[in-house]
Amino acid sequence: MAAGPHLSLDGKRALGPRIAAMARFLTIFIAALFAALLGCASIAAAEGKTLRMAYDADPTSLDPHEQLAGATLQLSHLVFDPLVRRRQDNTFEPRLAKSWEQIDDVTLRFHLRDGVKFHSGRELTADDVVWTFERLKKSPDFKALYEPFESAKAVDDYTVDIVTKAPYPLTLNLATYIFPMDRAFYSGTDENGRPKDAVVKHGASFASSNMSGTGPFRVTKREQGIRLELVRVGDYWDKASPGNVDKIILTPIKEPATRVAALLAGDVDFIAPVPPTDFRRLESASCCTLVTMPSTRILSFQLNQDRVAAFKDPRVRKAMSYALNRKGIAKKIMRGFATPAGQLSPEGYAGHDPELAPPHDLTKAKALMKEAGFEDGFSVTMIAPNNRYVGDARIAEAVAAMLARINIKVDLQTMPKAQYWQRFDARDGDILMIGWQSDTQDSGNFYEFLAMTPDPETGYGQYNAGAYSNPDVDRLTMQTQTMTDPAARAEVLKKIERILSEDAAMLPIQWQHLAWGSRKNVNIEPIVNAIDMPYLADLVID
Amino acid sequence: MHTLLSILAFVAHRLVQALLVMLAILIIAFAVRESLGDPIREFTGQIVSEVERAELRKELGLDRPWHVQFADYLGRAARGDLGTSFIYKKPTVEVVLAKFPASFELVLGASLIVLLFCVPAGVYCAVRPNQLGAKLVLGLSVLGISIPVFVTGIVLISVFSVWLGWLPAFGRGDTLAIGPWKTGLLTRDGLSHLLLPALTLSSIMLPLFVRLVRSAMLGELGHDYVRTAWAKGASPLRVWIVHALRNALLPLVAVGGLQVGTLVAYTLLTETVFQWPGMGFLFLEAVTRSDIPLITTYLVLVGLLFVVVNTLVDLLSLALDPRVSLEGAR
Repeated sequence: MAAGPHLSLDGKRALGPRIAAMARFLTIFIAALFAALLGCASIAAAEGKTLRMAYDADPTSLDPHEQLAGATLQLSHLVFDPLVRRRQDNTFEPRLAKSWEQIDDVTLRFHLRDGVKFHSGRELTADDVVWTFERLKKSPDFKALYEPFESAKAVDDYTVDIVTKAPYPLTLNLATYIFPMDRAFYSGTDENGRPKDAVVKHGASFASSNMSGTGPFRVTKREQGIRLELVRVGDYWDKASPGNVDKIILTPIKEPATRVAALLAGDVDFIAPVPPTDFRRLESASCCTLVTMPSTRILSFQLNQDRVAAFKDPRVRKAMSYALNRKGIAKKIMRGFATPAGQLSPEGYAGHDPELAPPHDLTKAKALMKEAGFEDGFSVTMIAPNNRYVGDARIAEAVAAMLARINIKVDLQTMPKAQYWQRFDARDGDILMIGWQSDTQDSGNFYEFLAMTPDPETGYGQYNAGAYSNPDVDRLTMQTQTMTDPAARAEVLKKIERILSEDAAMLPIQWQHLAWGSRKNVNIEPIVNAIDMPYLADLVID
Repeated sequence: MHTLLSILAFVAHRLVQALLVMLAILIIAFAVRESLGDPIREFTGQIVSEVERAELRKELGLDRPWHVQFADYLGRAARGDLGTSFIYKKPTVEVVLAKFPASFELVLGASLIVLLFCVPAGVYCAVRPNQLGAKLVLGLSVLGISIPVFVTGIVLISVFSVWLGWLPAFGRGDTLAIGPWKTGLLTRDGLSHLLLPALTLSSIMLPLFVRLVRSAMLGELGHDYVRTAWAKGASPLRVWIVHALRNALLPLVAVGGLQVGTLVAYTLLTETVFQWPGMGFLFLEAVTRSDIPLITTYLVLVGLLFVVVNTLVDLLSLALDPRVSLEGAR
């Protein structure tokens, strides 16, 4: 061990002054290099920020295909990358697919980004996309969405064709749910001999506790229900992203008041959702920012025609619609953080018709009731959840009170969502509340689930608890499924929307708003969106 | 020898009682299963078809009548399998027991606060009943008992976390693992996280115990032996602490045991307000998400806990009070 210094001393003496000078220069150079490296490291450490975020519930599984739910998709956007994703203005942004082209009526070709690596170190190829697509088609939660699709084919390593059974207008919409998974990582069997790719809805599986994606973050620690820690992967492909968050600590805080207090106290940097009661408080606090945005979720009441004969009469349904003061509800109950609705499709959707303003005319409502022979009204029941949608129970109370003005006596029952869905599925109520968000981000989805004639065979009308049935709506909705000309399709969607409004098929109330809160130095405004998938990788913390 | 045997018989008797209690809880839990909500709804997305849901329900055996499910459950329980949690995807016993240390430490913290304050305050109110201080303590205790735990928690968070910024608003902080037990009592961060929830939980018990100690002390102070002690010329402190308080503490133990149930009930609220990862929080989570196996296991284990604590309290009373007999405690 002593040989090192001895030799160098020896060499220095022997090699003469020029070499000695060079050695000195080298020493200085190496020292400078070290200093520079250290400097870089400290700069990097100063730049990489930690984000502490609190939200209402954490995902119960790490498997992106186990449940089609907000928490799952939010996590998917962190650990995986979709082929394409939504920008704030609702347009498509290339992610793992850098471009796409329509090859023929039924085929959309995606060109994949090259050099993208999974967390396992493997490179992403078209095979992974095909494998992921096939797994989606097997997932109980996703398979209905992928029903119109025939197959996915790898053309070469970086090209995938997605083929539909018939011309289909929403292929790109559904590409937002294709988060390519690491095929090799999820293949084979785990230590218990079960296949690693299995989608298990209840009970443990390999995919529910292991992950390998291409995303900006990977999970480093998970204590379910307590915290989830993620760190940024070293060599993420998206160099253009301004994001400077290196570490994310996600904590579920179930109680809204505590969530807000934790933000105000500075224990967390970012919270979602913010309860309406605390909007003003956050807005006026100097420490924090409140960001709200209309969501695409429509809150509506369905009128059960199977249980109440009067609801079969469109005049009665229209009268009820006219009796509702939706603006009043949005103003008084939602404190301005809801958009009153006269139709199902929110602004920005192809079916949205700006002409369909929320109706409110009590005189007209009373006249219609008289015309239909129900001047003296009748008694009905109403059910609504009290912990599912923002303001749900209070909105139901307000609607019941407004209906009383046209002599419809409402016996309202509100209950926790766990009990509510049982009642709703059994159609156990005369007026039933339902909130709906279109999984395809398209109007057609509203009509398929809420307005089409219920048919257990096809699944259409699954949430049409009113049993409203109109052959025109059924026919036109089916027609839009294969229309690929956006302008012509939008016309048909608008037509359906007008029919539903004319018929007062149900009583749309409002589009709910989303609300996020953050510390002042956390710039959440550019990274939140109407589908509630904050893109945390692009977040900039000052 | 005789006493040891009778103690063993007593404990065995209580164990049988525990089994009966758990069985009764189980029967109730299974009978109300239907109305706890539909777990299938909880772990499927909104667009999943009814057919698909029915299949899942069948796979889980939830479509069978409750008594069939109950018999099945008993069969599995005999083999040590109390079901798998839907949310946590792990055996329910493991899930509940993993949350036990957090709840235990919260209850311990709250109990220490109660003990620390209730005895001095109670004794003070008894020996100086007419002083302003005593009236103030009693007044505060009325206030304490009438403010809901939930409000107390939010107010404490607003003051100490948001306004003053001294203490964290939620969670348990850093924990140290000692074997399977994760404790927050050994780290500064853990203790600072514990303080507010423990204070909140104690706010429900403290007023009750102050009043309990006070009335027990008042009762003792009127007894002949106290008058004798005064007559002997004993110092006031000796009379109050050594003579009267010793006897006054007996009801404290008995009532304290009974109050464990109340404390467990209030951990539900306290843990929810502070996002404290304990059993109470877990239970509410299980109820909102219709995790039926988890709900069932929680109820059974809490039933067991009740019987165990009551047995311990009885044994403690036996040790403290020679008038208590095991025959009576049965």
